Amino acid sequence: MSSTSSPLSRFWTEFRENKIAVVALVVVIVLILVALFAAVISPQDPYDLAKLSLMDSRRPPGFVGTGGYTHLLGTDPQGRDLLSAIFYGLRISIQIGLAAGFVSLTIGTTLGILAAYRGGWIEALIMRLVDLQLSFPAILLALVIVALLGQGKVQLIGALVAAQYAYFARTAYGAAKAERGKDYIEAALAIPLSGRLVAIRHLLPNCMPPLIVVATVQIANSISLEATLSFLGLGLPVTEPSLGMLISNGFPYMMSGRYWISVYPGVALIILIVAINVVGDQVRDQFNPRLRK
Amino acid sequence: MLGFIIQRFIQAVLVMAVMSVIVFCGVYAIGNPIDIVIPPEATQEIREDAIRRLGLDRPLYEQYFIFISNLLQGDLGRSFVYNIPVLELIGGRLPATLELVLISVISATVLGVSLGIYAGYRPDSWVAKTIMAVSVLGFSVPSFWVGLILILTFAVNLGWLPAGGRGETVQIWGVAWSFPTLNGLSHIVLPAINLALFKLAMMIRLARAGTREIMLTDTIKFARAAGLSEGTILRRHLLKLISIPIITVFGLELGSTLAFAVVTETIFSWPGVGKLIIDSIGLLDRPVMVAYLILVAFLFVTINFVIDLVFALIDPRVRHGVSA
Repeated sequence: MSSTSSPLSRFWTEFRENKIAVVALVVVIVLILVALFAAVISPQDPYDLAKLSLMDSRRPPGFVGTGGYTHLLGTDPQGRDLLSAIFYGLRISIQIGLAAGFVSLTIGTTLGILAAYRGGWIEALIMRLVDLQLSFPAILLALVIVALLGQGKVQLIGALVAAQYAYFARTAYGAAKAERGKDYIEAALAIPLSGRLVAIRHLLPNCMPPLIVVATVQIANSISLEATLSFLGLGLPVTEPSLGMLISNGFPYMMSGRYWISVYPGVALIILIVAINVVGDQVRDQFNPRLRK
Repeated sequence: MLGFIIQRFIQAVLVMAVMSVIVFCGVYAIGNPIDIVIPPEATQEIREDAIRRLGLDRPLYEQYFIFISNLLQGDLGRSFVYNIPVLELIGGRLPATLELVLISVISATVLGVSLGIYAGYRPDSWVAKTIMAVSVLGFSVPSFWVGLILILTFAVNLGWLPAGGRGETVQIWGVAWSFPTLNGLSHIVLPAINLALFKLAMMIRLARAGTREIMLTDTIKFARAAGLSEGTILRRHLLKLISIPIITVFGLELGSTLAFAVVTETIFSWPGVGKLIIDSIGLLDRPVMVAYLILVAFLFVTINFVIDLVFALIDPRVRHGVSA
């Protein structure tokens, strides 16, 4: 490894050593591409109710429906082609996961750095609130907020953010607190640069590695939490089913042996979550100085 | 020691007070329950009478104070939907949930700690690697999905175990329990596995990390030098040293499992508190929601309080106030 290589290429060289993580990364990229191009590669538009026929509902995999093409993974109770529904469901799940992850990252990091940087009663107030919230299970919090705000994409993202920002705040706070006392921050303040500038230009970038790790884990968690809420009937509206909703729709039919309606969307969900987690694990190990060779 | 207890106690009471305000305001911001309680064709008079009877015409802060003073007298109000005292409603469902949660958390802890110690003791064996792979799955796979697969495999395809309900129950001290009967026990198995899996994964990781760290310390070296057998070292010394984080997590998990039981109970139609709260959210049954959340918050605060006390008993540093 040459010492002149950029941090990114060094990071990639190290990442490549873990074959499982590379496979997981490829899987994540493929799933994101599938989600992006869902409209192009799906045999059917699952949201267009006019194109659905009840004649086709709950058909097993391989059934040739009224549309004249084969339903590779079968159809759901509304007569949707399950493969198309999964592609579109992936899109919604990834969207929600990314949106919730990004907003929580922004809010949590701001609060955490603010607390570490300002200190005093602001620090006490923010961190007490964060600690209080972390002692409460995220699922319960999300459940109450969804019940409070009603159903819909924005409300759901709001609930996920409220349930998860505290993890980012805690991480950012810890990292910023450790960086705060270091010489380069003192030097920047002595120049003198304004406090805000130092916080944004110098403190924030050095807090990023642990935050990136938390972000990968939390995106996977958001996706899983969204699926759980949708399964409980508290997630997204029925017209645009996410993966969790598809699983929930199929649940009543499972008892009579029509397993595919629930099982295939579930498999897609798990592949997505596990792949993100494996990538996140590898990134965490690489950022962890204690595991450095 | 006494000062420490009093300080923690005041903290716990403060947290409860804050939680009660948040929960109350939060829940009371949801919709207008009047539309659900009385039929739409009711006259204006009936409507207003119902609003007055339920106390919904008063300002929010007044409703809150009424709620708190009733709460302190052990009265959590009446369910809008079932029209029976909320405490009775929740109390009737609580044994089912407690039974499920206790069985899950205890078996997850016992099994998880044993497997975790093994995985940490022989980290390179294939058994340890298998254990760790299972724990990764337990972490990643959403719990409701595991529930579905359990039902599909063991209830639908194999037909070994029932897919839902509590089965036969036995009355002990006037409360119905499932675990003493064989039929009831067979109903518990699947939901308990479902609920336990995540905890199991967590306990395995915790015990493994603790074991790996402690096996390298001087305590273990000296114990070995003193000629103690490996079994004795593991039981007497290792177990004691890894027990602090495990007790903490056990306590915290007891609370979060109670919350997570919402999902498992819904899947397996287990007639516990979790299913009740999901139904109540759907029906906008405010008193039930508020009572449930306050009870869970109370439980969390109590558990945290007890953990602090146990900590103080086990760890002399905390007891004497050295390093917080």
